[in-house]
Amino acid sequence: MKIIVCVKQVIDTAAKISVKDGKIDATGSPRVMNPYDEFAVEEALQIKQRKPDSEITLISLGPDSFKEVLKKGLAMGADRAIHLHDSLFDPLDNLGVAQVLAKAIQSLSFDLILCGRQAVDDDMAQVGPALAILLKMPFVSVVTGLTFSDDFTQAQITRQIEGGSETFESPLPVLLTCQKGLNMPRLPSLKGIIAAKKKPIETLDATAIGFDTGSEGSAHVKRIDLSLPPERKKGRILEGSLAQSLPELVRLLREEEKVV
Amino acid sequence: MSGDKHIFAIMEHIQGAIKPGSFEVLTASRLLADQMGGQVFAVYLGPESESEIDCESLIQYGADRVLILRHSALASYTVSAYLEALLPVIESRHPEVVLLSASIHGKELAAALSARLKTGLGSDCISLDFNSAEGLTIRRPVNSGKAISTLVYDSTRPQIATLRANVFRGAGPDASRSGQVECIEVQISENSLSLKVKEVVQETGRNLDISEARIVVSGGLGMQNAGNFKLLQDLADVLGAAVGASRPVVDDGWRDYSNQVGQTGRTVSPDLYIACGISGAVQHLAGMSFSNCIVAINKDPNAPIFSVADYGIVGDALEVLPLLTSEFREVLNA
Ligand SMILES: Cc1cc2nc3c(=O)[nH]c(=O)nc-3n(C[C@H](O)[C@H](O)[C@H](O)COP(=O)(O)OP(=O)(O)OC[C@H]3O[C@@H](n4cnc5c(N)ncnc54)[C@H](O)[C@@H]3O)c2cc1C
Repeated sequence: MKIIVCVKQVIDTAAKISVKDGKIDATGSPRVMNPYDEFAVEEALQIKQRKPDSEITLISLGPDSFKEVLKKGLAMGADRAIHLHDSLFDPLDNLGVAQVLAKAIQSLSFDLILCGRQAVDDDMAQVGPALAILLKMPFVSVVTGLTFSDDFTQAQITRQIEGGSETFESPLPVLLTCQKGLNMPRLPSLKGIIAAKKKPIETLDATAIGFDTGSEGSAHVKRIDLSLPPERKKGRILEGSLAQSLPELVRLLREEEKVV
Repeated sequence: MSGDKHIFAIMEHIQGAIKPGSFEVLTASRLLADQMGGQVFAVYLGPESESEIDCESLIQYGADRVLILRHSALASYTVSAYLEALLPVIESRHPEVVLLSASIHGKELAAALSARLKTGLGSDCISLDFNSAEGLTIRRPVNSGKAISTLVYDSTRPQIATLRANVFRGAGPDASRSGQVECIEVQISENSLSLKVKEVVQETGRNLDISEARIVVSGGLGMQNAGNFKLLQDLADVLGAAVGASRPVVDDGWRDYSNQVGQTGRTVSPDLYIACGISGAVQHLAGMSFSNCIVAINKDPNAPIFSVADYGIVGDALEVLPLLTSEFREVLNA
């Protein structure tokens, strides 16, 4: 099975961020693989364990530092990586990113594409579904369970929805966006890290993939402001014995806040 | 009619029962339409006929027209069938804006629509504004709520947005409103059905979904063990609340993943969030800091959760919870 996994780099989730010149400033904060993309990489690796002739290709669109997440994925066990890197990609919105990915992926052969359910920086949950639409293939987002028929031609896909769950059956190729619950991502082993040094990372720019800035390069949404969320008003610790504080809490929630 | 700026509000339902988030989408659509000067279309996809749908409520919540797109293959949601039903009406009626719930289905469908129509998308919005120069302006949390981004769209239409639950509730139904109902029998091709729905499980009874609940009672490692979550469930039952959890609680298997609140879990914005034995790590705050009112119960007075809480009780959650439950039970007569 040929598996493509889309990955990106994000600011470490524990980082405190500030806003400078309308941009997130996280200078000095560590960067990590988007947590949901780790589920995607892990799922690909588990499929390869069951079907050893599988090939796992990582693909990432972003600046130079994104090579780090490709290296991590290779160290986890992926076979090769493609880095889409060009300053022409900088102004793209998520749909534009999906268009570039689609362009690059079109020329590859694949049975399965795995993405994270969203990137925890922009939180748009758009690239995976958009990529599937552009490649004209079936997809399911926010997947928590995946099994295959014995001959690996059909996938059975489960996801949690609000107040329940859904199970789908799809022929391959199919695109899935991965959610926590699907698996437990492994850490790269020392052996994996060493092996990764020999694995190829191919860098492609706009020309190499035939990206047309005229028709595909303009963003449909534009950020005009970025700000920190409003500070929450200073809270109150209710002092005294529970016999005093709890009736007071109940009163406050009912009469002042009117939330109960 | 052309020239007018119409809004398509896409309805989510379970066999005809409209989901609360869709009423919020209608409420937001109404406000926007009043600024833009167009009509609100409540777009309902399903096998149901007019008499099986509560069109009255859709109109009272803000629809000028209920547009039923009817086909037996729309009995369960699949993105491909929904797209095939929706695209022709969007292409023929040119809505200015398409709004959906920021639910699993809503976000998936919105992303697919935007890719098919090659137009802009904003997901999980917490506010919408319109002005005639720029069109729609939306605000949405990014970096898991650590910042808020304001976006405008380019000139392609429709402008698509999904709306976070519990943020657009508004004044409720207006019984004096009137509207029309229109039903279109749509075509769905075999091709759209390559992805087959095998099973849909609806949890029933008290397992209210945490992203839809108005009150969420959440527990962390401070609850000590899985059995003690009964104390949270008891309080939740009295309040009509859903029970949430921090990540380690889920990782330890005490609670199901669907209950996890935070950066790698669910985002909730309820009226009231009660955090019990939760330290308040940034990744947890990311999922709940937009709650209207936050109460923290923690035995450590220095726990970071107190820095976002409106009210705090310093104490042992295992001791506080039963007392708080009986206090509420008394005043609510529950
Ligand atoms: C990539 C990444 C993603 C993450 N995503 C999430 C996420 O989505 N959601 C999430 O929640 N976390 C997430 N985390 C984990 C997060 O960093 C914290 O580890 C986690 O939130 C802590 O959970 P907790 O508050 O239950 O436990 P702890 O931090 O151990 O806190 C337990 C609290 O309970 C209090 N306590 C103990 N006993 C009692 C008692 N008897 N009564 C009252 N209080 C008591 C303690 O004082 C303490 O404050 C993520 C971490 C990473 C690295």
